[in-house]
Formats: sequence, structure tokens, C-alpha cells
Amino acid sequence: MKIIQYLGLALFVGGLLLFSLIPFIGQFTLDAEITDKKIKEEHQELLEVLKPMYGNTYSHQIAFVNDFNNYFDAYNDRLKEEEKWDEVIYEDYAFSITKASAHGPVQQHPWLFFAGALLLPIIGALMYIFPLHRDEPDGIKNNGTYFSSMKNRGWLGILTGTYLIGFYIILYWNAEYLTNLTDMVDGLSMFLSGEPASQWFLYGCLYTLAILVMGIRMFRRYKGNPYQIIRTYSVMFFQLAFAFLIPEILVLLNMPWHDFKNIWPLDYDFFFEYRIEGMLGSGALGMFMLVWGIILIILGVPIFTYFYGKRWYCSWICGCGGLAETLGDPYRHLSDKSLKAWKIERYMVHGVLVFAVVMTGFTIWNYFSGFGLLGDATGMLHQWYGFLIGAAFAGVIGTGFYPFMGNRVWCRFGCPLAAYLGIVQRFKSRFRITTNGGQCISCGNCSTYCEMGIDVKWYAQRGQNIVRASCVGCGICSAVCPRGVLKLENKSEKGRINEHPIIIGNDSIKVEN
Amino acid sequence: MIEAANYCNHSRDRHIVIIGNGISGITCARTIRKRDHHAKITIISGESQHFYSRTALMYLYMGHMRYENVKPYEDFFWEKNRFSLIHDWVTKVDLAEKKLFFKQSTDITYDILIIATGSIPKKFGWKGEELSGVQGFYGLQDLNEMEVNTKDIKHATVVGGGLIGIELCEMLHSRDISVTFLVKDKHFWGSVLPEEEGSLVDRHIREHGVDLRLSTTMEAMEGEGNGKVSRIKTDKGETINTQFVGLAIGVTPNVALFQNTSLEIETGVLVDPYFRTNIPNVFAIGDCAEFREKPDENRKNIEQVWYTGRMHGETLGYNLTSDKAHTYQPGVWFNSAKFFDIEYQTYGKVPATLEEKMGSFYWEHPNGKIGFRITFDAKTQAILGVNALGLRVSHEFFDCAINNQWKINKVMARLNEADFDPEFFDSHITSILQAYNHRFGTQITHKKLSFWSRLTGTSL
Ligand SMILES: Cc1cc2nc3c(=O)[nH]c(=O)nc-3n(C[C@H](O)[C@H](O)[C@H](O)COP(=O)(O)OP(=O)(O)OC[C@H]3O[C@@H](n4cnc5c(N)ncnc54)[C@H](O)[C@@H]3O)c2cc1C
Ligand code: SF4
Repeated sequence: MKIIQYLGLALFVGGLLLFSLIPFIGQFTLDAEITDKKIKEEHQELLEVLKPMYGNTYSHQIAFVNDFNNYFDAYNDRLKEEEKWDEVIYEDYAFSITKASAHGPVQQHPWLFFAGALLLPIIGALMYIFPLHRDEPDGIKNNGTYFSSMKNRGWLGILTGTYLIGFYIILYWNAEYLTNLTDMVDGLSMFLSGEPASQWFLYGCLYTLAILVMGIRMFRRYKGNPYQIIRTYSVMFFQLAFAFLIPEILVLLNMPWHDFKNIWPLDYDFFFEYRIEGMLGSGALGMFMLVWGIILIILGVPIFTYFYGKRWYCSWICGCGGLAETLGDPYRHLSDKSLKAWKIERYMVHGVLVFAVVMTGFTIWNYFSGFGLLGDATGMLHQWYGFLIGAAFAGVIGTGFYPFMGNRVWCRFGCPLAAYLGIVQRFKSRFRITTNGGQCISCGNCSTYCEMGIDVKWYAQRGQNIVRASCVGCGICSAVCPRGVLKLENKSEKGRINEHPIIIGNDSIKVEN
Repeated sequence: MIEAANYCNHSRDRHIVIIGNGISGITCARTIRKRDHHAKITIISGESQHFYSRTALMYLYMGHMRYENVKPYEDFFWEKNRFSLIHDWVTKVDLAEKKLFFKQSTDITYDILIIATGSIPKKFGWKGEELSGVQGFYGLQDLNEMEVNTKDIKHATVVGGGLIGIELCEMLHSRDISVTFLVKDKHFWGSVLPEEEGSLVDRHIREHGVDLRLSTTMEAMEGEGNGKVSRIKTDKGETINTQFVGLAIGVTPNVALFQNTSLEIETGVLVDPYFRTNIPNVFAIGDCAEFREKPDENRKNIEQVWYTGRMHGETLGYNLTSDKAHTYQPGVWFNSAKFFDIEYQTYGKVPATLEEKMGSFYWEHPNGKIGFRITFDAKTQAILGVNALGLRVSHEFFDCAINNQWKINKVMARLNEADFDPEFFDSHITSILQAYNHRFGTQITHKKLSFWSRLTGTSL
């Protein structure tokens, strides 16, 4: 078994290396025909601007992109100098032109690279995962967590985090370097949506694969715990079907890309003009998207959260949650449990909620007032939100920081939907974590493994139920508690919040805790 | 009840000094502070600067947590609540002058002294006990010692079939060290668990690959020339090669400090139901306290568990800060533990061997890893206690049922309310009830939940 696991690790690492090297291979040649095909009518000038590149064969993507950017930026700079503001080009042509100019091994044998850089690591990972805990009885498998370099901010963890951060930065701001990788999944993309792969399709593939493969790891790790297993099936299903397949099929049907389980304000551009127009322009199904989205916001969230707590979304359906609960599971204990962190969390997450609401308010107001009012300011807001929250926070920090600050940094400090769900959960819900009388021994396992940084034992050891806005109901505290103290449940609101608990067992006197 | 004036010093800025920062000492300090703003409170421990959870020591060795994780309160807590902490060993107590002397710090005086010094591991006087690689397991110093003693070893032996013994087995096992576990009784924890429960745990211990030897004791330990233990001899005449011996045959009150003082001690520090020792303004709580008379017919004079330590601290803290002092009245007994992967909870009275006139009903899951026992008074049919292994049951429910002497049939009829297993787990309550009906010829049923209730996970 050990041999299979080592072999699997080797395949995984080998595949990952290949994946990381793919951007560095192949040649790039630009000509007038490609340029003409990729640019919009009003940017014909570019045909001239890029002329010096025509016919040159670059043996390196970086050199190609550098040259492209130089010519492109110089042109824009000149326009700005001449104050020809109308003619400045804001479109991002780097990705599409680089992709179209590439020719090399990846373009000739995309499936070969698909197999080597995607299938191979998956097979390797599964070879490592399947034998895990094979001969062990059901139970909690945290042995050695804090001795692990990967899980306890050792060099492996730091390396992983750095790689993830680097990947996200390139993905969001320099995707033109990833064109080879997208070519590798073009076939799959064509099959699903009839369109060549963008960087977002590549990202969607990786994201979904991460949830599926690491979901299988969850099955091994939490075997014997039906709550964890059913929950993991749920996030795997919603990612694969709702976030990956259905949106691509919609595109195939000439509909806007749409994730039916994503809810504003997490889906922060839901009310942006292009989205609204897209939905309104797509007939009955488009109308349904709009109405369904609004129903989720004003009815879905409060009703489901009333009955089940915010877990119905955060740890059962959500894509960010799905990744955190699978890929992020090995890092859950790294979240900060201090009172200080909780204070910062409350300011930040509610701050982002306010930001999202204000931005959306402006957007809708503008939409109906015919864009006269505050048009520029709204555009700025969109840009800043997209950059700061949508990309930097949710992506780079949200996932890149798994190995440093735990797997729920985004959900805890940044997600405006989590803030909204949390407010409902705290004040009007039947969900709570019930503490089992006086059985807590203050061991700290529950707090340590809480990904949201809730100091669970602080409540449990004083005999108090846990009712916290941030709890996503992952159920791990209950799973790791060695004394059977914690139970997640939906019950009558009566007795849910016990502010001054008295620990049962002592008949001499009653002391409020 | 005793009037405050006759109980202790109540001056406004009295100095209350607590030796020991374990659960009993800390609970007492917290309770005092909640009710008395002025008292000066000093907490002393030689083991650690801050209160940590002794019950979590094993998880440090197993890599589940680090030391920071097992501190029940963040470090700012102590200053915020104005607790002065002294991290040092008390070496001498002058009870007449009300003075404490330390290994390093300067001496202090007190108005009220609370002794909460806990326990130390019991030793037996075996041959070879002094060898290196032989140790007990109680505190942080032992944990560090164990790190050193078990580095790169292949085999270890654990002596003593109780809670700390099985924890040691699990700890060593987590580091891939093969373990031989010597247990004196016919089954694990024979002094507390009935045979069925004990055998259930025995099977589970073996399932983990531990070499469990029942009805076996250690005769002697032997070493090579280097002073390290290298083998042990059992009473069966076997020799086991081993590089580490964990001694876990129990603990005994830590009262060395008070030997040859005027404080009355027997095994522990002798106290009355108000935690008073024979010396005014000196009290004792937790593991180190020994009641002159049992607090209740079902309790022992010395109870060395987390929960009793907490209740002692709570009661004494209350007494020191109120108009009237109350006697210590522990409620329904409860305790819990975890044997490798199997959780154990107990409420009330379930002795290892059934007493006369005691009825008992035991159910076990066909997988042999889940068990449930309920004991009752054969005459009145009132419930006496329960053992639950591998399933979680509600403390509140059984506290209420046992306190109010519910008849066993009533308990069974409402057993579904006692289920504390997580959502989606197979409920065993129905199987237990069926087995009960079968055995006693009753026809007790539980109300079926409506679809709506099941959908929303609740009975409305
Ligand atoms: C490994 C282990 C696991 C356990 N697991 C459980 C469990 O799961 N459930 C349960 O109910 N119970 C358990 N127990 C028992 C429980 O931990 C004890 O009953 C409880 O901690 C006793 O608390 P205490 O406050 O009386 O004393 P302690 O926690 O022992 O604290 C006493 C403190 O006093 C200090 N001290 C003593 N003498 C001096 C001196 N001269 N100068 C300065 N300081 C001094 C010591 O350093 C020590 O820190 C376990 C015990 C051990 C060792
Ligand atoms: S894990 Fe359980 S016993 Fe440990 S501190 Fe949390 S609630 Fe208490």
C-alpha cells in the first residue's frame, strides 16, 4: 500500500511540474490576419501598431507578451499624451492575441498534455488517497497534524501557499501567460460549450477537480461520520453540476453563463448592467434566472437559514465553501481563534457587506435613472470592488492563504453573503450547537479544528450553547470532540440562547457562568 | 449552612492564595472574582504559568494540538480579571505565620489559603522503577520526558488498565510504536466497567493492534548497563523486550508539601463538607482533597476527576463570597472518556458488578462496538444509572431522569429525547427499545416523526 501511495505522490508531483512548465513551451507568431480577426472594428489602428511583430517567431511566451505589451502600451500612451481620450483602448487583447498566435507541441497534441498535466496528477492523487486509513477503524484521524510540514506552516505548506498565490495573481492579472494551459483544455471546452477555453474555463476545471479529488479524501478521512460524508457529496455535486456543467451548457445554448446557486452579494455583479441585459435578452430562461436570483436573495436566504442555519449554503452548496471544505480541510486548524481576530472579523466582513450593498444600490439607481447620475463613480466602484474584493480577497487571499491562515479566510473576513446569512443565523434561526450539560473537559479540540476561528470551547466549558453568526455548520467540532459534547441541531428557538448558563451536576449551589 | 463570619476571613482586601492552577483552583478563583471585586487573588503553580487542560495532554503528544491550543483561556484573561500568577514551586508552608516559601520567588503571606495541588502518579516500588525510560504520566514535565524517552523506540509497555493507561497506549500507537498493555483485571478498567463493556473495549484495543494482556501484572523491570530499561518480567513468567515503560496504576493526592505540618492529612488533605481543613482559613479542593465523610453514600472520599474538581472549586468559591456557606452536594454522578475511537459516557450508578436488588439491561450493537446499559432498582423500578459506549446521550436528560427517580419504563418511553448522536447517524434508540421490549415483554413505542419534522430536522 505504501508503495502505491509513494508512486501516486510521484505521479502527482510530476504532473504538477509538467503543468507548471507548459506556459514555457511552444512558439508564437503574429500576423495581420490573426490581429484582424481578434480586434474590434473600431480598433483597426492596432493592425498598424503591431506590424513590427508580424512574422517574427518568438520561442518564448514571455518575450512575445512583452513585445505585445510594449507596442500596445506605447500606442495608448501616445493617445493619452495627445489627449485623445476617446481613442484609448481599454480592451484586453493580450490574452486572445497570444492564444491565437501560439503554435507548438501543446497546440499540436492538446490531449497529450491534458493527459499528462491533468489526468496524471489526478490519478496520482487518487492512488495516494484511496489507501488512506484503509486498515484503521473509523475515528478521527488527526495524528501528527501539528508535526506535518504541509499542515503546520512548514516548508511544504509555505511552498504550496506561494504557488497558489502566484497562480491566482497570474490568473487574475496576467492571464496571457496561461494561454498554453487553456489550449490544453480547449477540446473539453468545445465539447461542453462550443467555445474555446478561456482562463476562466481552465480555472473552473481545476477548481472542480480539486473539489472532487479532495472530496474523495474527505470520504476516507471521515469514514464512519455520515454528516461529513453526505455534506461532502453535496458540495461535490453542486460544484460539478451547478458551477461547472450547467453554465457551460447554457453557453452552448447561446445563453449567458449562469451559476444558479450563486447568490448576490457573493455574486456581486448580479445587478451589473451587462448581467441584467444578458438575462433580459435571453427569453424565458433568462427571465427565470433574474427572478430566481432575486427570490434566493429575499426569500431563500432567510427561510432556509431560519430552518437550518447558514450551513445550508456555506458548507453544503457554496463553491467557495466547497473548496474550503475539501482542498482546504488539511488547513482548518490554522485559523486564528483569538478574541482580537473575532473583532477584526466583524468589522471586515460587515464592512464588505456594506460596500457591496452601496455599490449595488448605486448600480440599480443608475440603471433606472438612465446612467446620468454618478455613472463614473459607479464604474469606479465596480472596478475597485472587482479588484479588491472579487479578485484579491476572494481569490488570492481566500485560497492562497489556506496554508497560512486556514481554509476560510475569505468566508470569515470577506464574504458579504456570509455576513448576510450570519445576521439571520444569529438573530432568527433554529440552528445552534447544543452543549451536552457539564461533560466538557476544556480539551480544546473543537476550537482548534474550527475553520471559522470560533473558540467553541469557551462556550462548551461553561455549559452554553454555541450561537454564532460565523458558524458555517461544518460539524467538525462535534466530530473531533472526544467527550460527545457538541451537537449541531435545528430545534425550537426556546432555550437556544442561554446567556447565563449554569453547569448541571452540582446540587450544592447554583453559580451563573 | 454556616454564617459567613464563622467560615472565613471576609475582610475587604483579603489576600486569597491558591496553590495549584488546575481546574479546581482556577474554577474557584473565577467564582470568587465573579462575586468579589476587591479580594486580592494569587494563583501559584510550579508546572506552568497558565492554566492548561490536563485532560488534553495526550493530544499534544499525538500532534492534534499544540500547547497554545489546550489553554482554556487566552493569556490576557488573567490580568483582565486581576489574578496574580506565580509560576514557581512552593517549597515550604508556614501555617502559623500564614506564609509560603518558594524555590525562587520571594515568600508571600496569605489571609486565606486554598490547597489545590492535584495528584501525582502512584508508584508501586517495583524493582527497576528508577531506570530511565520508566515514567508516570501526569503533567507537562512528564510529557517532555516522554518525548525524550520514546524517541526512535520500537516497543513500549504500559502498565495499568485504567484511563491514563489506555491514553498512553493510544499516544504511543499514534507514533507507530508497538505497545504491550498489561492489565491486572480480567478485562479493561475492571474496577469500573461491567464485563460486557470491558470486553467491548478489550476488542477495540486489540483492533488497533495493541498487544493487550489481561490478568497480567508486572513483576520487575531490568536494564542494560546504561541505566535504560530494556525488558520487563510479568507475573506469568514472560519476559518482554521493551524500551519504554509507562506506569499508570492510578494517582494519589499530592500532599508532600504538608507532610510534618499541623495540617491533618491522611491520603489527601482532610476536609469537611465545606472544604475546611483542620486549620481556619485553609481549604482544600480537587484531586488532593479527602472528605472525612463521603459527601453521599454513592460517592468516594477522594474523587479525582475533572468534573468534581470543577464542582469543588465552584462551591468553595461561592462559600468564600456569600453570607452563608453551603455544604458540598454533588448531584448525579457523571463522567466520560474515550477509548481510542470509542466514546464513553456514564450517568448515575453503574457498578462493575451488579449489586443485590439491582436490575440491569444491556444492549450491544451487532458490530460489537456500541453498547448501552441501564441499571435500575429491582423493587421500585427507578432508574439508577446508564453507561453509553460508542453513542452519545444527553446529560440533561439522564440528570433529570435519575434525580427524579423515573421508572425504567418511562425512561425507555422517552429514550429518543436522550439521543445526542450527530445528525444523519444511524439512531440506535429504536434497536435498544426493541431489545428492551423483547426482554421485558413491554410494548413501549416512540412517536413517529412527521415528514415535516424530519425535513426540518426537528420535532416542532
Ligand atoms: C493524562 C490525564 C488525563 C486525564 N483525563 C481526564 C478525563 O478525561 N476526565 C476527567 O474527568 N479527568 C481526567 N483526568 C483527571 C483530571 O485531570 C484531574 O482530576 C484534574 O486535573 C485535577 O485538577 P486539580 O485542580 O485538582 O489539580 P491539578 O490539575 O493536578 O493541578 C494541580 C497543580 O498544582 C501544582 N502544584 C502542586 N504542588 C505544587 C507546589 N508545591 N508548588 C506549586 N505548584 C504546585 C501542580 O503543578 C499542578 O499544576 C486526567 C488526568 C490525567 C493526568
Ligand atoms: S472538544 Fe469537546 S470536550 Fe474538548 S473543549 Fe471542545 S467541547 Fe469541550
